[in-house]
Amino acid sequence: MNNFVLLPIIIPFFFGMVLMFGQKSLRFQRGGAMFGLILAFISAVSLLFTVKNEGVQKITFGGWPEPFGITMVSDMVSALLVTTTLLLAIFIVWYSFSSIGTAREHFYYYPAIMMIITGVNGAFTTGDIFNMFVFFEVLLMASYVLIVLGGTRAQLAGSIKYILINVISSALFVIAIAYLYAIIGTLNMADISVKIAEINQPAIITVIAVLFLMVFGLKAAIFPLYFWLPTSYAAAPPPVLALFGALLTKVGVYAIMRTYTLFFIHDTAYTHELLLWLSVFTILAGCIGALAYFDVKQIIIYNIVIAVGVILFGVAQMNETGLQGAMFYLIHDMIIKAALFMLVGIIVYKTGTTNLRKMGGLMKSSPTLGWFYLIAAFGLAGIPPLSGFVGKLLIAKGGFEAGNTWSSLFVLATSLLVLLSVIRIFIYAFWGEEKPVQPILTNAETTKLFIPTAIVIIISIAYGVGAEYLTPFMSDAGRLLADPSIYVDAVLKGE
Amino acid sequence: MEIIMAFVIGFLFMAAVYLMLSRSLLRIIIGTGLLSHGAHLLILTMGGLGGSAPPVLADGVEDFADPLPQALILTAIVISFGVTAFFLVLAYRSYQELNTDDISEMKGGDEEDE
Amino acid sequence: MKTNDVIIQFTAKIVFFIIFFFAIHIFLAGHYTPGGGFVGGLLASSAIVLLVLAFDINTVRTIIPVTYTTLTACGLIIALATASFPMLLGDPFFTHYFDYFTLPLIGKTSLHTAMLFDTGVFLVVVGVTMTIIQTIGEDE
Repeated sequence: MNNFVLLPIIIPFFFGMVLMFGQKSLRFQRGGAMFGLILAFISAVSLLFTVKNEGVQKITFGGWPEPFGITMVSDMVSALLVTTTLLLAIFIVWYSFSSIGTAREHFYYYPAIMMIITGVNGAFTTGDIFNMFVFFEVLLMASYVLIVLGGTRAQLAGSIKYILINVISSALFVIAIAYLYAIIGTLNMADISVKIAEINQPAIITVIAVLFLMVFGLKAAIFPLYFWLPTSYAAAPPPVLALFGALLTKVGVYAIMRTYTLFFIHDTAYTHELLLWLSVFTILAGCIGALAYFDVKQIIIYNIVIAVGVILFGVAQMNETGLQGAMFYLIHDMIIKAALFMLVGIIVYKTGTTNLRKMGGLMKSSPTLGWFYLIAAFGLAGIPPLSGFVGKLLIAKGGFEAGNTWSSLFVLATSLLVLLSVIRIFIYAFWGEEKPVQPILTNAETTKLFIPTAIVIIISIAYGVGAEYLTPFMSDAGRLLADPSIYVDAVLKGE
Repeated sequence: MEIIMAFVIGFLFMAAVYLMLSRSLLRIIIGTGLLSHGAHLLILTMGGLGGSAPPVLADGVEDFADPLPQALILTAIVISFGVTAFFLVLAYRSYQELNTDDISEMKGGDEEDE
Repeated sequence: MKTNDVIIQFTAKIVFFIIFFFAIHIFLAGHYTPGGGFVGGLLASSAIVLLVLAFDINTVRTIIPVTYTTLTACGLIIALATASFPMLLGDPFFTHYFDYFTLPLIGKTSLHTAMLFDTGVFLVVVGVTMTIIQTIGEDE
């Protein structure tokens, strides 16, 4: 029992509620949001070290014995993700100060951000499958608010699709849980893992596994369920887009990762093979999209799809190396996607368009931005020693160990396409003739935006260069994912 | 009883899919409502029907209903209530803004902005 | 067109109180029998909606001068505080405490911290429902 596990969830929630008062005072809104996030971040870091030193932490609500109460479990995987989430949220909120516009700031923008963080952290931490659904709904409700806030025409049309697709996937989630409950008779994730192992995963459980893959695949935007992503994300303003791109699809990826390493591990010849092929197609579809568009937002949005495919490819290997690589790559991708969306946001604010053909010559007016963009682009593609390298290396190594030589080579080869797709932005926007632009924000304002962006990029460089210091954490996470008994024992047998 | 429930749930899903495939936003929202009703009914059925006594601890009660599906349904109802309400407000707002409740005409809205 | 609303307005004034007290009854009954904060909150907000129908939004705003989003936030804070309070005593989150008390006039009653949580739920439901009704109803 350790109430500490809950702090990264409760603190943002509490501050979200407090920020619903005093919508008129900008200083209160901004200061409150920042203070709350920093407080939550500190608690998350100390939780991370507690988990590192003392093993998996858990708490069951109301003091019920497991598996009857709702258990919250903080293991290495969730502690790392929670910490990254809060870290990025701090910088995205900082970025919002001078970009989102005061009208939105006065209208529940910060409470919605805090609620989304609550939901994301809760979904990462929970050890109860229905509770995961509840936290998904919390973060989705907050994301609905964020995506329509402002209410421009494009936003309204994009958000209706977003909400509709999520309502359907939520209904499917409930249905999948109902089926699982009918067969297993429990909702505690550790207990589900034990019970499925006891009955040795009959075919009906495999059907449920695929249903879960559909549900989470809709949220994570895997092939062929990613079609909603580009239109609805493009509607959101840059800071919100950075938040969504960094966090929301990753929650779906985490859920697939969790269920496919904890529950459905007895028929890997079918389920993980399916996941493998879907991830390969996801990468392919993402590459096609990223290369086809001339819209900066769309290019990065399709790169989300590619990254989801790469992470799931690591999960599909189902060995320790692959899973460790998936963890490395997941956190890398959260950081680098936030950085790229923030950078692209600055480019859009500077030029007043998202169309690459209308940009050019930014290198003359803002060279620092150009070089930082180049570093971020190299980091995304995984050029050593930047942040994407270690994850992709481990994923490919895991793939070779599992005997999936050709598909692993394919994943490595697509890195070049990723590089090409983001370098196109560099070439079109930064090189060439300067073109007439209608800046949305002045230079002084975009400089303010650049500071948090640069810090996130520096964090991503540190993440790549300092991978050695992170390896103990990551190998713990990889071991935990590869061997479900660690998780199960910690939840059901621990003190 | 399970057979009847299966038909009812199937009918709800059928109606929901039919409504969600239409172009009017209001019909789509009613469709999502029906879809979540079907899902809730499915939880109830999947939890096992039967059990005559309420699930309250008392002496001599053997045959009691499973409380967990009921708790899950209550939670899911509250959530779908919230989402549907939000969706209705959004539909109303976009009807005001775009002057249509036709999904296919809304696509025109975001192309104009580009 | 001038409409004659005398009957509905007169009835609403009485029925409002009947529904509202029934809402409170349902809310308190939720302790051991069917009922609780959610249903009670919905009934209470339906009572307010009846007033909105009989009069209009601005009149109701002067009768009940509450900002409903603030009400929602208050409710959530009450619920969160009730749930977090056990953490200060070293018990898990959401632990509830109860005991029997003999109160004047009422007699032996059981008091339960879950009641406070339900009060939060009640306020949230009223707040959210009324916010939605207001958002749609406002711009006529």
